[in-house]
Amino acid sequence: MAKTKQKDLKKRKAIVGYLFILPFIIGFISFMAVPLLESLRMCFSNVIISTGNKGFVLENIGLRNFVRAFTEDPDFNRMLTEEITRMAINVPAVLIVSFIMSLLLNQDFKGRGLVRAVFFLPVILSSGVLIGLEFNNSMLDGMKSYIQENSNVVDITASLQEILSNSGMGTRFLNTVYDILNSVYEVVLSSGIQIIIFLSALQSIPKSMYEAAKIEGCSAWESFWKITLPMVSSIILVNVIYTIIDFFMRTDSEIMEKIRTNMIRLDYGFSSAMAWVYFLCVIVIIAVFSAITSRWVYYYE
Amino acid sequence: MNKRIKEKWKLAIYRNKKSEGYYLKKTITRKTYNFLRAILLFGLCFLIIQPLLNKISMSFMLEKDLYDPTIIVVPRNFTTDNYKLVSSLIDYWKSLRNSLFYSLIISILQVASATVIGYGFARFNFPLKKFWFACVVLVIIVPPQTILSSLYLNFRFFDVFGIAEFFTGKTINLLNSPLPYMFMSLTSMGLKGGLYIFLIRQYYRGVPKELEEAAYVDGCGNFSTFIKIMLPDAKPIITSCFLFAFVWQWTDSFYSTMFLGKISLLSRRLTAITQLLAEYMTGIGTGSRPSVAYGQMMISTGMIMAIIPLLLIYLVAQRTFVESLSQTGIKM
Repeated sequence: MAKTKQKDLKKRKAIVGYLFILPFIIGFISFMAVPLLESLRMCFSNVIISTGNKGFVLENIGLRNFVRAFTEDPDFNRMLTEEITRMAINVPAVLIVSFIMSLLLNQDFKGRGLVRAVFFLPVILSSGVLIGLEFNNSMLDGMKSYIQENSNVVDITASLQEILSNSGMGTRFLNTVYDILNSVYEVVLSSGIQIIIFLSALQSIPKSMYEAAKIEGCSAWESFWKITLPMVSSIILVNVIYTIIDFFMRTDSEIMEKIRTNMIRLDYGFSSAMAWVYFLCVIVIIAVFSAITSRWVYYYE
Repeated sequence: MNKRIKEKWKLAIYRNKKSEGYYLKKTITRKTYNFLRAILLFGLCFLIIQPLLNKISMSFMLEKDLYDPTIIVVPRNFTTDNYKLVSSLIDYWKSLRNSLFYSLIISILQVASATVIGYGFARFNFPLKKFWFACVVLVIIVPPQTILSSLYLNFRFFDVFGIAEFFTGKTINLLNSPLPYMFMSLTSMGLKGGLYIFLIRQYYRGVPKELEEAAYVDGCGNFSTFIKIMLPDAKPIITSCFLFAFVWQWTDSFYSTMFLGKISLLSRRLTAITQLLAEYMTGIGTGSRPSVAYGQMMISTGMIMAIIPLLLIYLVAQRTFVESLSQTGIKM
């Protein structure tokens, strides 16, 4: 009797659980699963929009779209490799910067609230169209050169670069340094959320651990490697995945633009083939990164 | 006062002597560290804020101020003409109203659905739960472009099992109405919908089970437990998800271009600003195209105008925003 009642409760719970996630199931099937499969079908076909507002027809053409993307299209390969290289540099940089920043912001000092507020500002400043406008570099460069032509201002950075390159250090080395310095802004701007996530992880480490370590004679440096890092390692994994996704989902990246312009030109088959290649790349990269990171994730519980 | 300082020094010297110089060394290290940290933090803060300040000062300048090498921050010819021009170009008040309205509605829908779904995932056991959660992760990692063309075509030629075609002979074009997007948000498939589900689920997983059991013993059903106990409990995470949703919706142009095509929104107006400026210049008969610098100035002004509401919200809600996310203790 008791057993059946328990079973009953379990069943009821399961039904209620399904009721709670019902909106997701409906949405997933109609706005994710079906379109995903359909766009997979579009990859292998030529989409013909029939006249008279009647809908569209798919004509199977095999791997033509993929062949076109990889061999015929002049930009696609280049854009894809560029995007992946940029990601390979950007993601570790964002992770390291945000981790160091969250360590600093977790300490006690005057004006911490203000500094935190400023550091989370990029969550707003780097979203959506704003970042696209911000990084519209060709425009800013054009403006800079125009202003320089029309007035004889000496650019501080340019003259500094000249002095440095005359000082006898390797040009290649200097160029790398310039590249890094140039990307600092971008990195800081895209690490707002990662800082928040790290900070929340750091705050959840019990203080008593540090105290115990200190009593045992552990220096701050040691307790960083032996306590802080293992305790936040699972969050590092989360952040790695989040950063990769965030990087690839920027709707203003070159390749995303290309996919969209092709779609506007009614080249649906081709654009979904490119989108699928891109998507598969993202999945592979996430899998590789999380496999690497999860090997040294430590779970406290 | 003087006496107190003297005593302080005396104590410090005494402590230093007692610890054989360790105290002095420690103090110096600490002070240096604090100083270096202050410089680093100041530099980075400056790095983040400077472009914003730069835009603000630029937006008050006349065009000729840009070419004047002696002007860097403070405009010589202070003017608000830029603001007037931009606000007429992007139809500011109307766009603002639209942006406010749609961002509000869509973020509310998104967060409401994400709360319900996240609670379902965190608190109930049901068959295939792992599978459905994998689907949530899939929603997070699928680039919107992948499903875009299919969604676009399906909304363009909307038809459920050919019913509409059967009756009227043609399909329905849903692209110019905000309804499909609202429905997507309601089912948590809008902009970054999966992320909100994930965050809220993580939060609910941390809430002690006893709370629910106590409610059950006191005669609360599943739904009233959710509404009376779990919903108020999750206020911090719901607030921050709402703020995220609002901000991201406000600045988004991707989904808006897709689904809210006819409605003038700030984000989309902003991207078109140089084009609008060019049209305006030819319209008033100057004949020439606007210079790059002038266009950039207009973009800066427009950006300031577009993010002022967000900055105001951020100023007010900053504390809840940050604290709530820190409290969440996101775990894997």
